[in-house]
Amino acid sequence: MEDAVYQQMGLKEDEYKKILDALGREPNFTELGMFAVMWSEHCSYKHSRKILSQFPVEGEGVLQGPGENAGVIDIGEGMAVAFKIESHNHPSSIEPYQGAATGVGGILRDIFTMGAQPVALLNSLRFGPLDDPRTSFLIDRVVEGIGGYGNCVGIPTVAGEIYFEECYRKNPLVNAMAVGVLPVEMLSKGAASEAGNLVVLVGARTGRDGIHGVTFASEELNDNSEEKRPSVQVGDPFMEKLLMEACLEAVRKKLVMGMQDLGGAGLTCAVTEMASRGGAGMEINLDRVPCREEAMNAYEIMLSESQERMLLAVKDQNLEALQEIFERWELPYAVIGRVTDDGMVRAWHQGEIVISVPAASVAEGAPAYKPVSREPAYYKKRRSFQEVALTPPEDYHEALLKVLFSPSVASKEWAWKRYDHMVRTSTVLLPGDGDAGVLRMRGTNKGLAVTVDGNGRKVYLDPYRGGMLAVAEATRNISCTGAKPLGITDCLNFGSPENPEIYWQFEEAVQGMAEACKVLGVPVVSGNVSFYNEAEQSSIYPTPVVGAVGLLEDVSACLSMGFKKEGDLVALLGNGDLSLGGSEFLKVVHGEVAGRIPDLIPLQEKLLQALICKLAHQGVLSSAHDISDGGLGVALAECCMAGGLGADLAISNEGMRPDQLLFGEGPSRVLVSLPEENLERLEKIAGDYNVPLVVWGKVQANNLRVKLSSGETLLNMPLSQFT
Amino acid sequence: MKFGVVVFPGSNCDVDVYYLLRDVLEGDVEYIWHKESELHRFDAIILPGGFSYGDYLRPGAIARFSPVMQSLQDFVEKGKLVLGICNGFQILAEAEMLPGAFCRNTHLQFRCSYVYLKVENTNLPFTREVGTGQLLQMPVANADGNYYVDEVQLKNMHQNGQVVFRYVDKWGENSPAANPSGALANIAGVCNKRGNVLGMMPHPERAADTLLGSEDGLLIFDSMLKYLAAGKG
Repeated sequence: MEDAVYQQMGLKEDEYKKILDALGREPNFTELGMFAVMWSEHCSYKHSRKILSQFPVEGEGVLQGPGENAGVIDIGEGMAVAFKIESHNHPSSIEPYQGAATGVGGILRDIFTMGAQPVALLNSLRFGPLDDPRTSFLIDRVVEGIGGYGNCVGIPTVAGEIYFEECYRKNPLVNAMAVGVLPVEMLSKGAASEAGNLVVLVGARTGRDGIHGVTFASEELNDNSEEKRPSVQVGDPFMEKLLMEACLEAVRKKLVMGMQDLGGAGLTCAVTEMASRGGAGMEINLDRVPCREEAMNAYEIMLSESQERMLLAVKDQNLEALQEIFERWELPYAVIGRVTDDGMVRAWHQGEIVISVPAASVAEGAPAYKPVSREPAYYKKRRSFQEVALTPPEDYHEALLKVLFSPSVASKEWAWKRYDHMVRTSTVLLPGDGDAGVLRMRGTNKGLAVTVDGNGRKVYLDPYRGGMLAVAEATRNISCTGAKPLGITDCLNFGSPENPEIYWQFEEAVQGMAEACKVLGVPVVSGNVSFYNEAEQSSIYPTPVVGAVGLLEDVSACLSMGFKKEGDLVALLGNGDLSLGGSEFLKVVHGEVAGRIPDLIPLQEKLLQALICKLAHQGVLSSAHDISDGGLGVALAECCMAGGLGADLAISNEGMRPDQLLFGEGPSRVLVSLPEENLERLEKIAGDYNVPLVVWGKVQANNLRVKLSSGETLLNMPLSQFT
Repeated sequence: MKFGVVVFPGSNCDVDVYYLLRDVLEGDVEYIWHKESELHRFDAIILPGGFSYGDYLRPGAIARFSPVMQSLQDFVEKGKLVLGICNGFQILAEAEMLPGAFCRNTHLQFRCSYVYLKVENTNLPFTREVGTGQLLQMPVANADGNYYVDEVQLKNMHQNGQVVFRYVDKWGENSPAANPSGALANIAGVCNKRGNVLGMMPHPERAADTLLGSEDGLLIFDSMLKYLAAGKG
C-alpha cells in the first residue's frame, strides 16, 4: 500500500491525528505541508525539547535566551552581544558549496534579525579521512562556500575547528556560528503583536528552491539523497549584504515592530512563528509575494526556502520611510498582509482562501517525544581499555611529530587563509594567534572573545564526561585570552533519536553539558539540534559543538598563545585529571579509540578560568595556552611555533609515564609564560584562587627541550621540525 | 581637507577606511553614495574594498557604470587624489582610469594574509612619507588579485614610474613565493601617468593600528594628508 500524503511529507499517524484535532477538519495540501515542515525535527525539536530543558538559560545579563533567532547578552554601557550556532550538515553533504554558503547566510540573518550588526563568523567542520578523494572535494567546496559567502558580505571569519574521523566520511558536519553587537535599545524580536500592523516581505524573490529542505534535514542520508539536491538552496551573498544594511538601517530608525528571517520552512515558519510569539494572527495575500518563477502555487510559495528574505511587522505610518530604505538598496519588497488578533494565519491566493490555520498549532503544536534510551554495548567495552598495557613509544620526537601533524591537530591555515578574517578591521587575535578569536569593539576599550569547540571522539567514549569537557574547553579557550565567558550556544549533532543507543548518547551528553554550564555559571542562550546524522546505518560520533563568547574589559590586555620573549618563565596552572583515553596520541600512534575519559571537577575549572582572567587583567602573563588535543607536547610545540621561540623545561613526572605526561589529555590545565619579575605576583594570585602552580623552565631561542625529573631528556628538537 | 569614501552596493571596507580617517587620523571624512555626482567638496576620494555588486560578472565590471564614476573622471582631471583599494583598484582598472586588468588568482582561491611590499616610487602624493628601501607589511584579501597588463604598457609604466608596489619576501626579494595572487611581475599597486590616482590590492587601512599588528598602512594616508596640507591638492 502506498504511503498516505502525510507520511510522504514525513508526518507520523498520531501527528496527523493531532493536526485533525487542531483544525477540526482535514487540512488541505498546502496546510498539511505547513504542518509537516513546522513539525519536522529540524523546526520543532520534538525529540529534544524535553531534554534541552535541563540547560540553564538564565543568568547575569541575559536579555534573550533560546526560542528567538539568537541569544542576546548585555555587556554593559548600553551594549549587548547576540550569537548563535546552527548546523547545515545535510545540504553540505550533497551540495557542499551552497550548503556551507547558505549555512553562513542563515546564521548571519539570525543575528541581524535581532537588530545586531554581525561582527564575526566561526565554523566547526567534520570530515572523513583525508585519503578519500570525496573528502578532499567536500573540504574544498565547503571552505570555498564559507569564504564565498562571508567574505562577500564582509563579516570576518575569525575562528573555527576542523576534525577528521572515519564516522564523518558519509555525513560531514558543517556548523556555522555568528556573533553580532547591538545597542540594547535596538533589540528586535521575531514577534508580530499589534493587530493592524502591516506585514512586509523584503529581499530575494521567492523561487521553487529548497522546498521541504527541513524535512530532508530530518532524515538519514541514503543513496537517494543525491536526488534531494533541489532541496538545497542557492545563496546570493550580495543580496544578503543589501538586506543586512537595509534591515539594520530600518531598526536604527525604529521603523520595525518585529522582524524574522525566512530560513528553514520559509514563509510558513516566519508567518506562524511571528504570529504565535506575538499572540497574534496574520492575514496575507500570496499574490503579492514577489516570485522568481511564474505560476507558483500556494504550496510552493509557503514552503519555498529561497534565501535572503526577511518578514517585517510595520506600523502604517512608518511604511513610507521603510520603502525609501528598500528602494535605495534596490531590494524587492511587498506589503503582503496585516497582523490580526484572532491567532489565525489566513492566506489568499488568486481570490481564494487557501490557508486557515491557528498560528500556535503550526508553530508550537508539535508533539514532544521522550524516546526510549539504552546504554550502548560499546560503552563499557571501550572504557575497560587499559592504558598501562600500552607500549611506550621508542622515539618521542617521532611520536610528537606524528600527533602534531595529524590532520585534526595540525594548523588549519590552509582553510582560514581562504576566509577574510580581517575585514571590519577589528580582529585583534587572528586565527592561530590565540585560543579564541578576539575582536575589539569600536568606540570602547572592550573586546569580545569567540570560539567553537567540540571533540566528538571523547563524547562517543563517554557522553556525560565528554559533554562536560566540551563546555569546559570552550569556556577555557575564552578565558585563556583573558576574557570572561558570558554564555554559550550549542549545536548538538547526533544520529537518529529513534535509535535508543543514540538517544542515550544525547541524554548523557546534554546532562553533562548542563552540569558544567551550571557550575561554570554560563547560560545557554541559543542553539540548534541536528539529528539523523547517519548514513548506511552508521551514525556519526555524538558531536555537541559549543560556541562560546566572552568579554574583555580592556582588549589591549588580551593574551595570545605564542611565547613572547627569551628568558620568560614557563609554568603550568592547574592540575586537572589526565588520561590517554580518547586522546589524539592513542588514535594516531596506537590506532585505538578507547579508554577512560578524564573527569572534570567543575569548581576547579571555574577557579582556574577566573584566575587566568585576573592575571590577564593585571598584566602578569606574557602568554597563555590551554593544553588540549594532543596534550602537553602539542601545546608546547604550538606556543613555540606561534612565538618563533623555543623553551628549556625540567618537568617532574612522578607517578606518571612519559607518554602519559606528554600526550595525556584532560581539562583544567593552562600553559603560561611570564616575565621572571612577575613570578611573585603570580604565586600570590594563584594562591588566592587556590590553583596549583608549577614553574617548568624558561623560554629560549630555537629549541624545545624537555627534561624529566627521572633524568632522561624526553625532547630536544629545533623549531624547524614543527613546520 | 576633506576625504570622501565611496559606497557602492556591496562595498564592505568602506567603514574601515571611514573610521581610520575619522578616528585614527582625526580627519574630515564623508561617505559618498555611488549615485552621487557632486564631488567638488572633496580633496581626496577613496574607493574602498569589498564586493561591489557581489563581484558578479567580474570584479568592478558593474560598479564602473555608477554615476559617481563619471564625476570621478573630472575630479581626477583636476589633479585631485583618488585611492582605490582592492575592489576599488579593480573598479578603477575596469573604468580605465588605471592601466591593466585582473584575472583570478592562479591558485583559484581567495587569499587573506600579510604580505611585504616594496615601494618602487616614493615621489607620489601617496608614498612620499615612505623611507627609501622601506618595506611595508600589510594584508591582502582577494580572489582576483592577479594583475595583468600587456608588455608595451608595462614598459611604459616602468618608464613613467607607474609601478608603485611589488610583492616581495621579507628580505625584499621579488620572488614567486612572495606573490599571493600570481600578479604579473609581482605588481601589487600602480598609478596613472599623472600620479594622482593610485590602485593597490593590499589593504593599508587594515595595517593602521598597533592593536591589529601593523601600522605600515598609515604611511599611505599620512602621505596623502601631508601632500594635501602642503596645498598641493
